[in-house]
Amino acid sequence: MTRIDDTFARLRAEKRKAFVAYVMAGDPNYETSKQIVLGLPSAGVDVIELGLPFTDPMADGPTIQLAGARALAGGQTLEKTLDIARALRATGDQTPIVLMGYYNPIYSRGVDRFLSEAKEAGIDGLIVVDLPPEEDEELCLPAQEAGLNFIRLATPTTDDRRLPKVLTNTTGFVYYVSITGITGAAAAEASQVAPEVARIKKATDLPVIVGFGIRTPETAQAIAEVADGAVVGTAIVGKIAEGRPVNEVLDYVRTLADGAHRG
Amino acid sequence: MPDDRMNSYRTGPDGRGRFGDFGGRFVSETLMPLILDLEAEYERAKTDDSFWAEMDFLWKHYVGRPSPLYFAERLTERLGGAKVYMKRDELNHTGAHKINNVLGQIILARRMGKTRIIAETGAGQHGVATATVCAKFGLKCVVYMGAHDVERQAPNVFRMRLLGAEVIPVTSGRGTLKDAMNDALRDWVTNVRDTFYCIGTVAGPHPYPAMVRDFQSIIGTEAKAQMQEAEGRLPDTIIAAIGGGSNAMGLFYPFLDDPEVRIIGVEAGGKGVNEKMEHCASLTGGRPGVLHGNRTYLLQDDDGQILEGFSISAGLDYPGIGPEHAWLHDIGRAEYVAITDREALGAFTLCCETEGIIPALEPCHALAHVMKIAPELPADHIICMNMCGRGDKDIFTVAKHLGVEMSV
Repeated sequence: MTRIDDTFARLRAEKRKAFVAYVMAGDPNYETSKQIVLGLPSAGVDVIELGLPFTDPMADGPTIQLAGARALAGGQTLEKTLDIARALRATGDQTPIVLMGYYNPIYSRGVDRFLSEAKEAGIDGLIVVDLPPEEDEELCLPAQEAGLNFIRLATPTTDDRRLPKVLTNTTGFVYYVSITGITGAAAAEASQVAPEVARIKKATDLPVIVGFGIRTPETAQAIAEVADGAVVGTAIVGKIAEGRPVNEVLDYVRTLADGAHRG
Repeated sequence: MPDDRMNSYRTGPDGRGRFGDFGGRFVSETLMPLILDLEAEYERAKTDDSFWAEMDFLWKHYVGRPSPLYFAERLTERLGGAKVYMKRDELNHTGAHKINNVLGQIILARRMGKTRIIAETGAGQHGVATATVCAKFGLKCVVYMGAHDVERQAPNVFRMRLLGAEVIPVTSGRGTLKDAMNDALRDWVTNVRDTFYCIGTVAGPHPYPAMVRDFQSIIGTEAKAQMQEAEGRLPDTIIAAIGGGSNAMGLFYPFLDDPEVRIIGVEAGGKGVNEKMEHCASLTGGRPGVLHGNRTYLLQDDDGQILEGFSISAGLDYPGIGPEHAWLHDIGRAEYVAITDREALGAFTLCCETEGIIPALEPCHALAHVMKIAPELPADHIICMNMCGRGDKDIFTVAKHLGVEMSV
């Protein structure tokens, strides 16, 4: 059992939906980013997705691309990203942290070294966009062995034939990508998402969380009503890009969390 | 040379799209079903005579194949050593080897019922080839090109637009070929139903590296037969320039199991392979990593962030290299060297003066290495280099480096 499993068990017992927030580690700079992450749990965030900056984020739209570029320009490294997780754990907070990004910075670090450092830093799960089930031996299986969840994306192109393959070796939760496209592009439609979530839930007992294209409290609520929770990334990162102070960003996160929790 | 376990260097990739440890399918889940569909369709086409009949017809009547194998007599005399032959792929329609591959992919796209073609381009040669074949078949064509390259390759941008393609300048990242490839992948992930991604080199997720190699292998297959005809034997050394590595892979592949043939790939050394990374020599100056769907040698920093390459040639300006080259490098079947911008310019001038051929800056890198080794080799040593593109697109860049003012 990881902190992710514990959190979803608790939410299920409380009959509450999950709110998952994504921020890019080191955006706009290390210190501000750390303050935002430290404030996310009390803003109503159930699971933190911490973006690992990469020069070539092929699945991300302009908002998250620019956030990664700002973080890298400010000297963000994998080590400093783990430091942000360490800072949250140092406060005693047990909110699950999922590291989300691309494989090369992890591969470059060395998979075994990365896994032991991530575990020690208090990371609970990984979402690595460019590692489909066909490449499970790279990181997915070693991560599970190290006690980290490996959370897979299911997408509108994941048909029934392929779904079992995607769900095998997925742990923690399933992240359903509501649109074909990049982060922050089209708007998610609850009416289209509902049957897809139902299809996935028929094939797994894991919680199904929906992300991509959710930018308002209303959409977060509508999506949470048809799934086990909602993820917001680009909309929050956009607020950070506007240079809003930490408390304002966190107030905004709270409105989204409240929306999802009404679902 | 092939050992007992392997027997051949031509059996790759394996079922997981790997050449040794390189290659693979490192893409997002959204793209995975599309890549599997493409692989299945390519496997069907490969053994379908009607597919190759269509290719052969168009290679002959539309592209102008076979391209000549040409003995560069005055160049050979000037260098005073080995006999130098050029495989004249710059004489193809659209002026480079790129169209060999584009034809194959577009015919596949048509078989798959795709109506919209996207491509990335660096120097613009792959973009022009894609726009050309799309015009021929009446397909919608969108080309992603780094904003920096749009500026330095204006004639090719105009060509693509004349051919009806939409050219999208890419400003994300630093606006070069690598970023154009990112944006093409972002387009593909968004438009999964009707869109076919026509990759221009032997990189990307499986099956692209193998598929593009197979389409480009026409270069080596022809060269082998033509050399037999001209000299009654195989060449001693074959040489080609490498960005992603498709013209080189196309020349090398049919020779991999001929141990007597020495194989040399030439990377872009830019201002010199140094710690400042002012080059694009992924094998000489990079290390293994994962980018754009495959594991290969990449220019990257200590934290796994990808670095921009630097080269006078926009066509070689890519921080990675095809995974099969990475494998051939590691097992030692091919050698890889780097040539600087300055050396490539020297080859450009010499080729114009001695052979009346204005070469593209990309094959000038291969030619510059020929200039280095030919004088030391005996007169009965035969070198075959791939003249993979013509230089019309590069005359402005070259003029600038030679200090000549030109107005358009």
